[in-house]
Amino acid sequence: MRTRQTSRTPPTSRTRRAARAGQYTALLGYLLLLAFPLLWLLSTALKSPRELAALHPAWIPRDPTLANVRQAFAEQPLAHAALNSLLVAFCTAAVAVLIATPMAYVMARHRTRTARAATGWVVVSQAFPFVLVIIPLFLVLKKLRLIDSLTGLVLVYVVWALPFALWMLVGHVRAVPVELEEAASVDGAGRLRTLVSVTAPLLGPGIAATALFAFVTAWNEFFFALVLLKSPGKQTLPVVLTHFIGAEGVADLGPLAAAAFLATLPSVAVFALLQRRITGGLLAGAVKS
Amino acid sequence: MRTAIGTALVVLLLLLAGCSPGGRTDGGPVTLRFQSLAWQQESVAANKELVREWNATHSDVKVEYVQGSWDSVHDQLLTSFEGGEAPDVIHDASDDLADFAYGGHLADLTGLLPARLRSGIPRAGWATTTFGHGVYGVPFLQEPRVLIADADRLRAAKVRIPTPGHPWSWAEFRQVAKRLSGPGRYGVAWPLKEPVSATLNLSLSAGGRLFHRNADGRVTVRFTPGDEVVPRTIRDQVTRDHSAPASTLGSGGSDTLPGFFSGRYAMVPLGFSYRQQIVQQAPKDFHWTVLPAPAGADGLTQGVSPQTLSVSADCPHKKEAVAFIDFLLRPRNTVRLALGDWMLPTGTQALKDPALHTAEYGWATGTALAARLRPAPAQSVRGYPEWKDKVATPAYQEYYSGAIGLAELRHRLERDGNLVLARYQR
Repeated sequence: MRTRQTSRTPPTSRTRRAARAGQYTALLGYLLLLAFPLLWLLSTALKSPRELAALHPAWIPRDPTLANVRQAFAEQPLAHAALNSLLVAFCTAAVAVLIATPMAYVMARHRTRTARAATGWVVVSQAFPFVLVIIPLFLVLKKLRLIDSLTGLVLVYVVWALPFALWMLVGHVRAVPVELEEAASVDGAGRLRTLVSVTAPLLGPGIAATALFAFVTAWNEFFFALVLLKSPGKQTLPVVLTHFIGAEGVADLGPLAAAAFLATLPSVAVFALLQRRITGGLLAGAVKS
Repeated sequence: MRTAIGTALVVLLLLLAGCSPGGRTDGGPVTLRFQSLAWQQESVAANKELVREWNATHSDVKVEYVQGSWDSVHDQLLTSFEGGEAPDVIHDASDDLADFAYGGHLADLTGLLPARLRSGIPRAGWATTTFGHGVYGVPFLQEPRVLIADADRLRAAKVRIPTPGHPWSWAEFRQVAKRLSGPGRYGVAWPLKEPVSATLNLSLSAGGRLFHRNADGRVTVRFTPGDEVVPRTIRDQVTRDHSAPASTLGSGGSDTLPGFFSGRYAMVPLGFSYRQQIVQQAPKDFHWTVLPAPAGADGLTQGVSPQTLSVSADCPHKKEAVAFIDFLLRPRNTVRLALGDWMLPTGTQALKDPALHTAEYGWATGTALAARLRPAPAQSVRGYPEWKDKVATPAYQEYYSGAIGLAELRHRLERDGNLVLARYQR
């Protein structure tokens, strides 16, 4: 009996091992594909100008150099711009989440005609192109004396990120069983208490995912920052990056790649920090319980 | 939980307080905001240094340097003008000024320009910034299109080396390109990502004008034999002689440099300022030279859109702004800016500077072309951007690739083009 079993086991185990190896290979290939732009950016950042102009570019720099990084920092106030971007992105994420969470709760729990219209408007508002709104927005901010101010920029980013944030959070709120809130109510908790003590903790992953979305939106945004900020000391990283590009698209490629690579790191870091919560958050609203 | 939310709110408020704009000092010296588009290291340094020098010697008028960006400069300025928040002194290119000038966003400098500045720049230069009866900018740097060539390949092929005094004709250029070609190697690579401005500017050499202004001031498109010479040469090189690859027709200038350095292309027509990239990127044993672009019936004439300095119409201190421009464009200072940008100054006095006449890096060749530079044909034509994007760019692209013939190119440029221009001239 035992002999028969052992004679059947090896092929199954080999098949499983082969399948698993195939899965890992496919996964590795997929990860490499995803990481390719970042790796290529890093490779470009470490190449000398002469290597950058080679007809057949090498995957790995032959003589890696940090000269581009040094030049990028020497030419432009990258560190200061990165701080501005961090400040703006963090504030945008925080304010967007603070506003979107209670709004999403109301829209998810009270399915009235107004709530449905509001959801529709949220979807439509995503379709407006930047150039359409920039001049009226500029005039409004000027009235509020918020041109050339990071506060003004945060305000714009919050307004811009809010519809999608709201849309994301509505799904997450709906995924929280309403019975839990009813139980809290039976135990004597008021609406605010229920929201803060029962619903909000369950919304953690959704809030983290929404915050990350708002953070990345603000971190990458270029056009509003270009138009609204005047003082050199207030410019954000995407605006400063364009200073490496000249007329007719000519670029100082090495320093640009070095600066662009460094500019991706904070987003990657925030992703890494919130990764677990986000995975849960992205899936939470996906199916109805 | 409540404590956590409270703490988060306090942190947020503190952060937002940190974001608030700093206070403005009332009274005191006049402050002008100068938005520069300089981007190359030496050029940015020269601009900042000049601003420092101005501030050190003018206690009553301070200039604040603002780094602008060529990318999206038009949209950024348009928004700033509409919102009344434009910089006081504006760096741009002359072909971007027409809309702003006609839109009333730029100050007419006619009565403000000092005599030295006015007389120091030739009439052709001023023509690039004159719209209607007003002057809306000071042209200060310009660049001709030149041929950057592999010196060793030219020597080996034993072709005549052209000079500004004795340039190649377009026909001779075609012959030379053929001679420099071989299996896997091309005599010339045309980077024609922007086919319209390159074609129109070079066509001036053959007497092409394309835009004709009638007695009533209206502009119409007419594709004359002079307008045919340059496009026909390029197309023949690509489709008939195979001395130019089709693959670079959609490329920018920088994209052709790797092929140039590796010997794939012997010549590349590029703007004069590309020399900076070539100095930086060319292999150490690569020998290159700067040649004048081919000449036609009108010799070495070609169109340019110089870089300009303008003053915002809303600037409350226009006299001071012009005084700063005058300081920035003193001959010695213009030379510093020109060297930083690897371009030519428009000012005749600055052009005489020995630093711009050295044989090294082809400076002398470029300087010799300065007198033949004219305003780009479309400079002051209203509706040109739309004509360029909707009609001319696809038409030229299809013609160069061999998809349409010369008759269809003419038909589209004239018929469709005049319909577009007519809308702007009602």
